[in-house]
Amino acid sequence: MNRRSFLTTTASAATVAATGGFAFAPSIARAQNQAVKVAFVGTLSGPGAALGTHLRDGWLAGVTRLNNQLGGRAVETLVIDDELKPDVAVSKVRAALERDKVDFVVGVVFSNMLQAIVRPVTESNTFLITANAGPSTLAGKGCSPFLFSSAYQNDQPHATMGQAAQDLGYKRVFILVPNYQAGKDAVAGFRSRYKGEVVDEIYVPLSQLDFSTEVTKIAAAKPDAIFTFMPGALGVNLVRQYRQAGLANIPFLSTFTVDESTLPAQGESALDFYTAATWAPNFDTPQSRRFVQEFEAAYGYVPSNFAAHAYDAAHMLDAAIRRTGGDVANKAALRTALEAGDFPSVRGALRLGPNHFPIQDFWLCKVAKRADGKFQTETVRKVLSADADGYAASCKMG
Amino acid sequence: MSMLLVQALNGLQFGVLLFLVAAGLSLVFGVMDLINLAHGVQYMLGAYVAATLGVWTGSFWLGALLALPVALLVGLALEWLVFRHLYRRDHLSQVLATFGVILTVDEATRALWGSAPQTVLEPSGLTGGPMGGVEIVAGLIYPTYRLVIIGVGILVPLLLWFLVERTRAGMLVRAGATHPAMVSALGVDIRRLFTIVFAFGAMLAGFAGALASPIFPVAPGMGDTVLILCFVVIVIGGVGSIRGAFIAALLVGLLDSVGRAMLPDLLRLVLDPSSARQTGAALASMLVYIVMAAILFFRPAGLFPGGRSA
Repeated sequence: MNRRSFLTTTASAATVAATGGFAFAPSIARAQNQAVKVAFVGTLSGPGAALGTHLRDGWLAGVTRLNNQLGGRAVETLVIDDELKPDVAVSKVRAALERDKVDFVVGVVFSNMLQAIVRPVTESNTFLITANAGPSTLAGKGCSPFLFSSAYQNDQPHATMGQAAQDLGYKRVFILVPNYQAGKDAVAGFRSRYKGEVVDEIYVPLSQLDFSTEVTKIAAAKPDAIFTFMPGALGVNLVRQYRQAGLANIPFLSTFTVDESTLPAQGESALDFYTAATWAPNFDTPQSRRFVQEFEAAYGYVPSNFAAHAYDAAHMLDAAIRRTGGDVANKAALRTALEAGDFPSVRGALRLGPNHFPIQDFWLCKVAKRADGKFQTETVRKVLSADADGYAASCKMG
Repeated sequence: MSMLLVQALNGLQFGVLLFLVAAGLSLVFGVMDLINLAHGVQYMLGAYVAATLGVWTGSFWLGALLALPVALLVGLALEWLVFRHLYRRDHLSQVLATFGVILTVDEATRALWGSAPQTVLEPSGLTGGPMGGVEIVAGLIYPTYRLVIIGVGILVPLLLWFLVERTRAGMLVRAGATHPAMVSALGVDIRRLFTIVFAFGAMLAGFAGALASPIFPVAPGMGDTVLILCFVVIVIGGVGSIRGAFIAALLVGLLDSVGRAMLPDLLRLVLDPSSARQTGAALASMLVYIVMAAILFFRPAGLFPGGRSA
């Protein structure tokens, strides 16, 4: 046993011992009056923190909308920063499960964080709602009765862009992605539906500072369009350089590159660039309009897909707990209630597949400038209807 | 051919930016024998201050100009608070303490500005529109702003060379680097001299950050990636040598850009396309370090040994 895990184990043992007297004696009646405890896990420090912030604010906006109640019971959120370190995520989530006795775990931006915490959470028979990460393993063979998604499976947005490129009739596409697993998955997802010629595929290091080399290559290749997946600061830089180099007449198809978390920094440079999403702030449903309005009033920025999925996670839990009459101890009843999936999503109607991942529509979206000067993505057209991910078939749940 | 020219310009422009950061690092390392891992922090702060003041004043150029005195002041403050107490310590303590400064300032930046990349105004008059750039290759505009960076990056080293080699202050700095006790005995306040050199280096890094802010994302931790390459630059160039740092920075910039552009294509001659892409990308990101190792093998003190070792 290394020192860190020893320290955390003794620390949690000590706290359990200290609080044990109170924690173990709640009567049934009091259990119903006690607050439902939810651990929100997200990356709130380091390079990925902008996404974690969107996810957290989306969750909190959802809870606020529901008058700080889930299914009629008061709710208490414990915000956990996983620091993008698997060991930190596991030890903090363990503490939340064992010491704080949380009833649900929600959130999770990055797939490797979800993979780190999924077993500790589901093995303690606690429901885990992922509001973003959706790795193929957990949608397929590694699915669990206790794992639900309010977002999508990771491949789906990339495949949507592949289909969009196919529909738009682009014959020659240039691909540019970072050289790591998610980058390779993006290429695979895009190519699963795009059948035209790929002029070139460039893999850049994650620490890439400058895209001038790649931009020059794109200009030389003269493709019909480019497809890219450049999250965070990488995307800010690529978009600006692409525009400055005068390449904006070559359509810019992307996933997780232009969204509300990066648009404030990209601004005008990203105008008319494409992205694939399940939802966009211009969705014209009462539920969506109210979400955008309340979110912007509370947090001062335009909500992204990340925020929308977390907001939906709150409504998903709310509907399920309401259905069990406020009982969060009856796991079988809760599971059935969650599987029903009939909650008022900002995306409109939504149902869950056999692997607990949503079956939903995917949209081609485009960056636009609003009347108030802020930038947001707006839907162009529906690309995939009621799309189910390709891993559900290999999911065998008890 | 013209593609190669564009890639060479890209390399040159990256190289001169590296030089601006590396010059201060090399001066501090060579003159004061202080390993300052926190130098990248100065670069980051320069970019943040320029971005914020640019948005606030409505002009990128005004923001960049105002970032200079701010970077100088921050440099003075950090020297007074932290680095002053490290000059006589061994290198390990310096590494530990300056690494602590990185963590503190990175988190403070995040607390002040948030974690998302910052909005930066486009340098007015130099981007967008017909005046925005030069079309070197059909269909590809080379932004004028990048050409300006290259110009500035060639002017600053000349100015530095003049300061260090041809002025009284420069003479004291050179003397202080090799014979600090003697210079001190002659009545020069060596401490104050060190403070000035440190603050000047910090200002150069801040200036680099301000220049880089319209082309690189302004985000927490942006200084850390640059810092690693800057250490490569001063190791190749020779510790404490401004001339060495300049040559090495251009070399690293060119190697990085041209390597990324050419290697995957060259490898395609011997490998199948998909593995050529992957190995080419991996090899291109290693290229700089491979060349550094090779140079150190033949010239362990770098290309232009200077500073203390001279």
